[in-house]
Amino acid sequence: MTNILIIILSSLGAIFILLAAVGFVRMPDAYLRISVTTKAVTLGVGLILASAAIYFDNLSVTSRVLAIVLFIILTSPVGAHLIGRASYFSGNKLWEKSVTDELDGKYQPNSHRLSSGEEFEDEDEKRKKKIKERDLL
Amino acid sequence: MTIEEYLYYIILPILAISVLLVFCRFVMGPSIADRVVALDLLITIGITLIAIYSIVYDQSTFLDIAMILGLIAFLSTVAFSYYLEKRNRKKREKQRRDD
Repeated sequence: MTNILIIILSSLGAIFILLAAVGFVRMPDAYLRISVTTKAVTLGVGLILASAAIYFDNLSVTSRVLAIVLFIILTSPVGAHLIGRASYFSGNKLWEKSVTDELDGKYQPNSHRLSSGEEFEDEDEKRKKKIKERDLL
Repeated sequence: MTIEEYLYYIILPILAISVLLVFCRFVMGPSIADRVVALDLLITIGITLIAIYSIVYDQSTFLDIAMILGLIAFLSTVAFSYYLEKRNRKKREKQRRDD
């Protein structure tokens, strides 16, 4: 019974990792590649480590596996966000068929300012003026 | 076919093929971000290789090394992205000075 479970889990994990690797080669754009790898590989690693935990059937191994999986689930989105942000700032182009670029026009490369699109250019200065006038009164 | 043979002759070759594919992208990769992600991915697939080997040879202590590899993968990604942004900042300042 456990053997069948181990075979199913490890096969699923290996297939997910293989699909992630194929997508990593085939995808046309750095951002699509990042998105492929973070999701599929995290799932594949979790499944294969789960099969290891079932094979050993031991509390110390299970806690170790849980620590590894939790750490990977916590860190892989953070790492993907950081590297995607760095590559957007370094002027890496999106794929020409991608539908939206929500940061389009909100990032000024020569001043490294990133606006949210809600505020206006001079609003900060206006607010400062208002505060100054209030202080004078 | 025992479970060790199944893992050794079917799962390990699949993982090896995926490592080769990722290494292809690491060599081709047009931008630096691709190469950093490929390195991260190579280390993450290394974790699964270690897990499979720990089942095949029945040694649960191999999983400690897998944990440390997970830590190193995250650290290297953060460090590379930090220095990428820093390099861009230096390039921008140089451009502004030239203008």
